[in-house]
Amino acid sequence: MARITLKVDGSTVSDDVEPRMLLVQYLREKLGKTGTVIGCDTSNCGACTVHLDGTSVKSCNVLAVQADGREVTTIEGLADTVDDELHPVQEAFRECRGLQCGFCTPGMIMQSVDLLKDNPDPSEEEIRLGLEGNLCRCTGYHNIVKAVQQAAGQSGAAGRHRAGATTAGAPAEEVAE
Amino acid sequence: MIPAAFDYVAPTSVEDAVAALAQHGDEAKIIAGGQSLLPVLRMRLNAPEMVIDLGRIDTLRGVRDDGDAIVIGAMTPHSVVGSDPLVAQHAGLVAAAVEHLADAQVRHRGTFGGALAHADPAGDLGAPARALGAEFAIAGSGGTRTVSADDFFVDLFETAIGEDEILTEVRIPKHTGWGSHYEKFVRVAHQWPIVAVAASVRMEGGTIAEARVGLTNMGSTPLRARQVEDALAGQPATPDGVRAAAELAADGTEPPSDLNGDAGYRRHLARVLTRRAVLAAAGADGA
Ligand SMILES: Cc1cc2nc3c(=O)[nH]c(=O)nc-3n(C[C@H](O)[C@H](O)[C@H](O)COP(=O)(O)OP(=O)(O)OC[C@H]3O[C@@H](n4cnc5c(N)ncnc54)[C@H](O)[C@@H]3O)c2cc1C
Ligand code: FES
Ligand code: FES
Repeated sequence: MARITLKVDGSTVSDDVEPRMLLVQYLREKLGKTGTVIGCDTSNCGACTVHLDGTSVKSCNVLAVQADGREVTTIEGLADTVDDELHPVQEAFRECRGLQCGFCTPGMIMQSVDLLKDNPDPSEEEIRLGLEGNLCRCTGYHNIVKAVQQAAGQSGAAGRHRAGATTAGAPAEEVAE
Repeated sequence: MIPAAFDYVAPTSVEDAVAALAQHGDEAKIIAGGQSLLPVLRMRLNAPEMVIDLGRIDTLRGVRDDGDAIVIGAMTPHSVVGSDPLVAQHAGLVAAAVEHLADAQVRHRGTFGGALAHADPAGDLGAPARALGAEFAIAGSGGTRTVSADDFFVDLFETAIGEDEILTEVRIPKHTGWGSHYEKFVRVAHQWPIVAVAASVRMEGGTIAEARVGLTNMGSTPLRARQVEDALAGQPATPDGVRAAAELAADGTEPPSDLNGDAGYRRHLARVLTRRAVLAAAGADGA
């Protein structure tokens, strides 16, 4: 057993874990954060994506001991719980129907947030490339791309969706026009 | 899904890591970014008793200027290599290959040294390392030795790194002002290439003065296509000018046959991709 102490979604946690425990297992089984899901056995699908010290990683491909002393943000830590508001990217996925079964969604959203942090105004191609480590079996990706465009405040991205409502949760600088 | 049980240490210096390796011998395995090792452990294709994590050794991370070369620390993540200004300026071929390696999440964790030490013949970094004449610094209990790119890659997943040794950094001679392109042929997104060609050229006007060409997945190790490099020197950077040289790309290679394509298909790819890579590196039309 190894003692680890880390910050998860803003709270400090400390546990004894087996070195072989994967970060995703730790999040789900020890902390009960089942918002982060496991979609594959090969580190291909990206469903388990979380942020480790502010950058996206596949939590099935990181050991819990490797996160010792570091900071993890999961899909459960994105929304603003004080004001009860979804993160703008969550809001955009909802508005643009960037999901069907929803299984890929936690990872898609975490990776989209990472993508927009590095590139606040991505082209469609940059969005598709930035999400290439995240697989979706349902949507055909189009509405996922639209959601990211909308979260980036790109005009016209919302298409036929209600443009007014979509920007409600977004901070001012992310809202175009 | 879950690896077999192992013990774990995370030393904070190369000396301590080397000492841990010496103590545990072939029962130990190094973990760098874990992006290749953890899938292997999870599928139980390997079950080391001790895992030695290099992730807490800060001196192994970063890129520095070393006169006529740049030096990339083994634990520098792909994402950092891909956005580093020194790499972009002096080893553009490395930056080009890293850009389309795996996906963003894997690039955040996977490391430059880990990918080279893993020595997957389909890995994207071996060909640029060979083409640019990289040198590998390998630390063991007896000190550090240097191995050339030509001697580093021994066979499938096998390098010159001994069981009790650690790759610490990679020195890449500066190719400042050279044009570079990595032409990667894949069937699906974020995966290893079926074949890829790494090309750097030094132009004098419209003429290729010097060229460096590396091949990915055309044999059990990454290859350097010296016959192509020699044939390119002095040629105009036009489709006709590079065609004859590119035709030599598959000479002497023994590419694998697998579900993605047989050896003959790979030889064909090598010739076509070499032409495209060289023209793109030269900034010429017709790529
Ligand atoms: C979904 C996915 C897609 C990928 N796609 C690509 C791709 O398109 N192209 C590509 O090239 N790669 C790809 N990879 C692999 C990726 O490049 C890995 O990051 C890399 O191969 C291993 O680097 P690492 O730091 O994670 O090493 P690890 O997985 O930690 O280690 C790999 C091996 O090298 C040894 N090792 C590591 N560092 C050292 C060292 N400093 N000294 C001695 N031994 C060491 C380890 O013991 C282990 O055997 C992909 C991986 C995944 C999961
Ligand atoms: S569960 Fe982690 S990538 Fe699929
Ligand atoms: S919504 Fe079902 S997998 Fe993406």
